[in-house]
Amino acid sequence: MRLVASIFLITFSLTAQVDPGYVVPKENPFTTPSDLKRGEQLFLGQCGRCHGPKGEGGLGAILAEPQLRRAPDEESLFRVIRDGIRGTEMPAASTLSSREVWQLAAFVRGLGRVPAESVVGSPQRGRELYQAKGKCGQCHIVNGQGISVGPELTDIGARRSASYLRASLATPEAAVPDGFVQVRIATKDGRRITGVRIAEDTFTIQIVDLGGRTYSFFKQELTDLQKDFGKSPMPSYQDVLTASELDDLVAYLVSLRGNL
Amino acid sequence: MKRAQLFLVFSLTMSGQVAFDRLRQADLEPGNWLTYSGNYSAHRYSRLNQVTAANVGRLKLAWAYQVKTTEKIETTPLVVDGVMYVSEPGGSVTALDTRTARPLWRYSRTLPKEVRGCCGTVNRGVAILDDKVYVGTFDAHLVALDIKSGKVRWDVPVADPTLGHSITGAPLAIKDKIVVGMAGGEYGVRGFIDAYDARTGKRAWRFWTVPAAGEPGSQSWSGDSAKNGSATTWVTGSYDPEQNLVLWGTGNPGPDWNGDNRKGDNLYSDCLVALDGDTGRLKWYFQFTPHDLHDWDSTEVPVLADAIVRGEKHKAVLFGNRNAFYYVLDRVSGKFLAGREFAKQTWARGLDDSGRPILQGDTTPTEEGTRLYPDLGGGTNWFSPSLNPQQNLFYVAARDVPGIYYKGDLEYTAGAQFNGGGFGRVPGQDPSGAIRALNPSTGELRWEFKLFSPSATGVLSTAGNLVFGGSNEGDFYALDASTGRLAWRIQVGAGVSSNPISYLSAGKQQVAVAAGNVLFAFGLEN
Repeated sequence: MRLVASIFLITFSLTAQVDPGYVVPKENPFTTPSDLKRGEQLFLGQCGRCHGPKGEGGLGAILAEPQLRRAPDEESLFRVIRDGIRGTEMPAASTLSSREVWQLAAFVRGLGRVPAESVVGSPQRGRELYQAKGKCGQCHIVNGQGISVGPELTDIGARRSASYLRASLATPEAAVPDGFVQVRIATKDGRRITGVRIAEDTFTIQIVDLGGRTYSFFKQELTDLQKDFGKSPMPSYQDVLTASELDDLVAYLVSLRGNL
Repeated sequence: MKRAQLFLVFSLTMSGQVAFDRLRQADLEPGNWLTYSGNYSAHRYSRLNQVTAANVGRLKLAWAYQVKTTEKIETTPLVVDGVMYVSEPGGSVTALDTRTARPLWRYSRTLPKEVRGCCGTVNRGVAILDDKVYVGTFDAHLVALDIKSGKVRWDVPVADPTLGHSITGAPLAIKDKIVVGMAGGEYGVRGFIDAYDARTGKRAWRFWTVPAAGEPGSQSWSGDSAKNGSATTWVTGSYDPEQNLVLWGTGNPGPDWNGDNRKGDNLYSDCLVALDGDTGRLKWYFQFTPHDLHDWDSTEVPVLADAIVRGEKHKAVLFGNRNAFYYVLDRVSGKFLAGREFAKQTWARGLDDSGRPILQGDTTPTEEGTRLYPDLGGGTNWFSPSLNPQQNLFYVAARDVPGIYYKGDLEYTAGAQFNGGGFGRVPGQDPSGAIRALNPSTGELRWEFKLFSPSATGVLSTAGNLVFGGSNEGDFYALDASTGRLAWRIQVGAGVSSNPISYLSAGKQQVAVAAGNVLFAFGLEN
């Protein structure tokens, strides 16, 4: 049985390989639920080793992103999977048929992109709340405006569902993004700074404080360094905003989809 | 003047044939770096002592050589009489003058489009014997180059690259043969170790790391699973000239994370195999991780040394394994002498008297994910350890990282990846690592130098009482070999994923390491 399957797949893939005239369509023609299921199977077997089974990254790039740097559109995503990326560790999926490449692409595209949702609440009122009462721009950036302490929100509506955003506003520490670490340091010259880690190595650390000011230290200049994994400097908005105001703010955040 | 110097270098190389005796006695030539690990015993220890813990603060960049690639460089260069031989991704090779970093010749390998490979077209080094430089290529050829000109003397196919075979490790020259391993475990190939006649390129022997049906060991694979059993051999082994014994590590069984169809111990995966250098016949084997389900290749570097275990002196082989345990084996019999964990692990309660792991619960990958230490990268990996006979310490770049292992389908397609699952990081914590100094006879920890993240750099120890290492964040540093105290460091601007070496250039000690796609050489400031 396995031999039969192998022969079929080899034949299928060879057919694909000897078809230099294949014109890659602009849009993915294979996006049904069964295509996505097959794409998931292929992803786990062929891609999950480096990119993580949920596209969370590891040895390879994070794919759970609404926009992929090397694959801004469906055609380029197809080509990256089929041909690999020369000069990097990303190999070509040489044995996959064009259909399988598309199925894989459909699954990859869904890893970091949530579909547009219609939600209750007014995005316009939410925008005002974001800027005024919520003071969100003191820590987040939307379309270049604001301060970069927390994650940028320009395309947050394409990354996260409405229910996730609502839960994050109520309990920020229930949804701290991977890689986001609050740090508290004390320096030999007597300063105490709380902020968010930008980068770190064995000998140095770079942080941004809650006012948006960036610092870089050699660790030998510090007397204390505490990392608060799972902690967030963001306050809960549960008691700051009314229920309808939370609806409005969520509606605004959901509307932020970058260029999508 | 410059022409005269170059002529001098060429003259030295031309007259300095690298005969087997020179390789066998590499310790007598500390100014050269003649084999992948510095000597056949794989000590990665330099007897040079110009650079010391006292003066290492004056270590400065001597030169940098930018390799013509965007891929990372994992090479261990070789140095013979002032000329450095650097392998590059794919299997290209450049010869450099170590005084000026100017290229003397370059062999450029063009890869066919049909090659497969999971992890980049990296190449970790060359071998030298007599008047030739030997390199394995990513399209699974072994190539002999003229040491003076870089011209191809012979080029033989080792295996079919369209099925996933490749060569990423450095060959090892022994007597009149070139021993070479292969990669491709992610593609369900059948592993082997080959030896070729150094003069002609004719294959002298092949040892299959997965036995054929009916052969000894075949009963350790259920059904016909051995056909795609992997057990590849992608990191250079060591050699015991006294016993004429090639010692080489083997990779994990395929598929990596789903063992449903390959019940049994899956010999000779995750083993150290000891082969007769003339025939390739198996003398003994030791399996570190029977029926591996976590991709813990045993393709680390076996280090040969005498060890005193329970008061008795043994000709031993020391092995820091990806499964996070350190082993001392008798290299005459292959018997287990001692072992203990050297990196964080949660999969085994320890090792029994024969060295077999005592499992700690069921760590089989699942569809939901199974979390444990170590991660896919293991307690250590391909990057080299070092044995310092002066300090009697074994240094290893250790990784303390958890991972999540997922089980997936068992579908095999020729030339496609055959992993049987996936792997994920554990969020919400920093992965960590350290350089650890172990008692070579027991594996007991003597000191450690903690790193922010696990390093992918091998370690080099020197008679100047230093240990050189690197970091993922671009630090290259020297530690005091007896205490682990930081003695020197420099930021080189890219992650270091290679093994350092040391040699003499015009009578002065240099230390070289590749980072990103640049090769750096450091020397003492005048």
